[in-house]
Amino acid sequence: MKPQEFTHSKYNFEECMKCTVCTAYCPVLQVNPLFPGPKQCGPDEERLRLKDPYFFNAALKYCMNCKRCEVACPSEVNVADLIQAARIRYDHSAPKLRDQILASTDFMGSLARPFAPIVNSVTALPITAKVLDATLGVDKHRKFPKYSAFSFERWLSRHEKQQASFPAQIAYYHGCYVNYNEPQLGKDFVKVMNALGTGVQLLDKEKCCGIAMITNGMSAKAGRNARHNTAIIRKAVEKGLQVVGTSSTCILTLRNEYPELLGVDNSDVREDILLASRYIYEKLENGAKLRFKPDFKLKVAYHVPCHMEKLGWGIFTEQLLRSIPGVELTVLDSACCGIAGTYGFKKENYESSQAIGQRLFDMIAEADPEVVACDCETCKWQIEMSTPYKVMNPISILAQALED
Amino acid sequence: MNPREFDVIIIGGGITGAGTQRDCALRGLRTLLIDRSDIATGATGRNHGLLHSGARYAVNDPESAEECIRENKILRRIASHCIDRTDGLFITLPEDDLDYQKNFVEACNRAGIAASIIDPQEAKRLEPSVNPDLIGAVRVPDCSVDPFRLCAANMLDAKLHGAQVRLHTEVVGLVKEGDRIKGVRTRSRMGGAEQTFYASVVVNAAGIWGQEIVRMAGAQIGMFPAKGALLIFSHRVNNMVINRCRKPSNADILVPGDTVCIIGTTSSRIPLEECENVAVTPDEVNLLITEGSKLAPSLSSTRILRAYAGVRPLVSADDDPSGRNITRGIVCLDHEERDGIKGFITITGGKLTSYRLMAEMATDLVCRKLGVKKNCQTAIRPLPGSGEGSYEDVAKKIWETPSTAQKAAVARMGSRAFRMRSSDRFDEALICKCEEVSVGEINAAIERMDASTLTDLRRRTRIGMGPCQGEFCACRAAGLLAKSHGCIDRERDDLAAFLQERWKGNFPIGWGDTLREAEYTQWVYKHVLGL
Repeated sequence: MKPQEFTHSKYNFEECMKCTVCTAYCPVLQVNPLFPGPKQCGPDEERLRLKDPYFFNAALKYCMNCKRCEVACPSEVNVADLIQAARIRYDHSAPKLRDQILASTDFMGSLARPFAPIVNSVTALPITAKVLDATLGVDKHRKFPKYSAFSFERWLSRHEKQQASFPAQIAYYHGCYVNYNEPQLGKDFVKVMNALGTGVQLLDKEKCCGIAMITNGMSAKAGRNARHNTAIIRKAVEKGLQVVGTSSTCILTLRNEYPELLGVDNSDVREDILLASRYIYEKLENGAKLRFKPDFKLKVAYHVPCHMEKLGWGIFTEQLLRSIPGVELTVLDSACCGIAGTYGFKKENYESSQAIGQRLFDMIAEADPEVVACDCETCKWQIEMSTPYKVMNPISILAQALED
Repeated sequence: MNPREFDVIIIGGGITGAGTQRDCALRGLRTLLIDRSDIATGATGRNHGLLHSGARYAVNDPESAEECIRENKILRRIASHCIDRTDGLFITLPEDDLDYQKNFVEACNRAGIAASIIDPQEAKRLEPSVNPDLIGAVRVPDCSVDPFRLCAANMLDAKLHGAQVRLHTEVVGLVKEGDRIKGVRTRSRMGGAEQTFYASVVVNAAGIWGQEIVRMAGAQIGMFPAKGALLIFSHRVNNMVINRCRKPSNADILVPGDTVCIIGTTSSRIPLEECENVAVTPDEVNLLITEGSKLAPSLSSTRILRAYAGVRPLVSADDDPSGRNITRGIVCLDHEERDGIKGFITITGGKLTSYRLMAEMATDLVCRKLGVKKNCQTAIRPLPGSGEGSYEDVAKKIWETPSTAQKAAVARMGSRAFRMRSSDRFDEALICKCEEVSVGEINAAIERMDASTLTDLRRRTRIGMGPCQGEFCACRAAGLLAKSHGCIDRERDDLAAFLQERWKGNFPIGWGDTLREAEYTQWVYKHVLGL
């Protein structure tokens, strides 16, 4: 007789068999000896933290939250969640000004957008990089993403009527990046959706997904955003809309981090939150047709972002890219680019960040594509800064390949 | 002076023996302690690790209760690095009689135990794991104590005061001349060398095995071994001790101990010959889980690491062969008075919480016999490692920003961790990652605390006590041991024995993750390391 029907522990930390596979897969550990590694920071030290929060290890901040440990774990331990949850629970040090600025992507975007030309030229000045490096600890090698003078939301609201005329509808979670930095990606998305006979709506005033706040010690604010976003997503789902995004990290956050790290229950709507590539792939599988330019030719190398690995959806983007006539596709071996959102912007992480990414940069150089495809905007910044190659979201590539 | 002559020889390296040795050494006596195995292998290391406030005994045994609270207060001072000041709850569940609570609190207060009734909501806030159905709660000053650490600290202090310790050395006979015990004949369990040691007084502190020592002296003592089984859960579910507020019964104490928590115990009489190798039965496991889940419901779904059992050395006080007058109190026998055997004392019974008092009683008797007039100091002098404040305070004095491993080392070693300040990078490498034990700490245990096997190391440093149960730390630590004694073959046997002993504790609860992990361990050692 077995008196325990099942056992259960927070983030499955008791399932850990100490096999150390996560440690072998951790990109940070390979380059930064100050990081004790996912197994030690996660399931091992969780027992000590449960004894006394005093045993919290400040070195947990070196975790990039790339979640490769979770993908590698054969025992389904949510190692990265354990680490991030411990940081939320036990690290009460106030976030640095720099971290607050880096994490407030929507606030900074709304501030910078009206002055985009000035902001862009100031952030591009070498002296600005030096000043930010010296005063705030933002590494001088980093280039800030350019701000757009017109937000995506403004553009789409101008096309509201036209979009409403499509028989099928979806709600688009565009995220801060599309709204403030690259509205073109949003426009590309709308083009593809329209080609599928689907109109695109905005959610009722979406907020930043909050991932950068979670990793920068601003979980209370992240929690507020999570509750707001989940509520507006729920409203959209109740209207019969699915919610589709173009950023893999935003989507991972909406689906997984909200319930796992911020305690926001989204179980009723979680399956309706999808990444564009998966949504489109499934449409095509179910018989939808797209008309492609007959002479389209592009040599593409696809980099699967870490959070796509965690979602397990890299395969959808890969298949979508393969379905585009004229695309010559190389799928790069799984490797982290090293930026991990705001992580690589921090001066203390710059060297680790570049060392982690080196393997990926080498693979890209070997593949020598015309363009690198990637579902994540921060990977894009890292690859474009560290290699001579241009990076595009797969949706933009798809949009380019479509007949106008 | 003959190196084989002592004032006192103490048989038994449990907490009673170690405490007695420290007391004797502090009073200036030349002492030798002998144990056939290691420190704390009997009842000392096989209990809850509960430092009683006395509340559990308040209603039925007020004398023990008063004894406990006095010693509890003393040990908090002198053994601070071995004690976690958790406090305890006595909870009343719907099926319990709430009237008992009033009696209980009154009895506690009479005994000098600060017991206060708290609101069940407040109890849930203080200890979120507690059964939410509780209808009453009393807060008492229970603590958790690491018996291995306490035992080792007593022995270390004795050694710092000139005492000698011989572990893995079996007493095979007593040297008796006329009506006087003059020494002990021993055989080493590591190598088999036989030696005789002489002393004016021999103290029998061998716990349940003391019955055999008394027989060697030519007398009889009635012991009634009572087995108690316990389960160790893989992490702390609770941070306060949880008891049931009712007449003491089976499996009604849940103690948070270091990184784990322990539910126990059962109680059943067993024949003396079974004491050597007690096994936990499926019925006991069931009982412990079922009853334990009433204290903290999450126990029913929390991974269990091990099952183990200890044997209480209960003595029939007046040599009553029927066992009707069994006492759980302290038994200090002067065999000269009792049996006409001079130079021989038995100290037994009692409990972990009252070890210091037992040691004081035994040492007072030794001093009377030797005509030594020195006062006991064990109630005021801190043990090595204690007396420098909390582990946070100590860690702060050693390192500016201590790592988790350094914090963990201080939590185990107390102020003895000051010696880790000069650690180099090799010393800082981790041997055990579950409990974060470094090379430096293992080497300190080998060099200064008489550890000569992996199991000895486990008792002194907690290696192999975490969820992996020796999966990785055992072979790493074996390397350090082999280096210290220079024999690879001996260490290979030791490693196998250690893993076998770990499996013994896994076996009764061999399901789920613990079974998976044990299989994985076997795979690592058998197929990767070829053992």
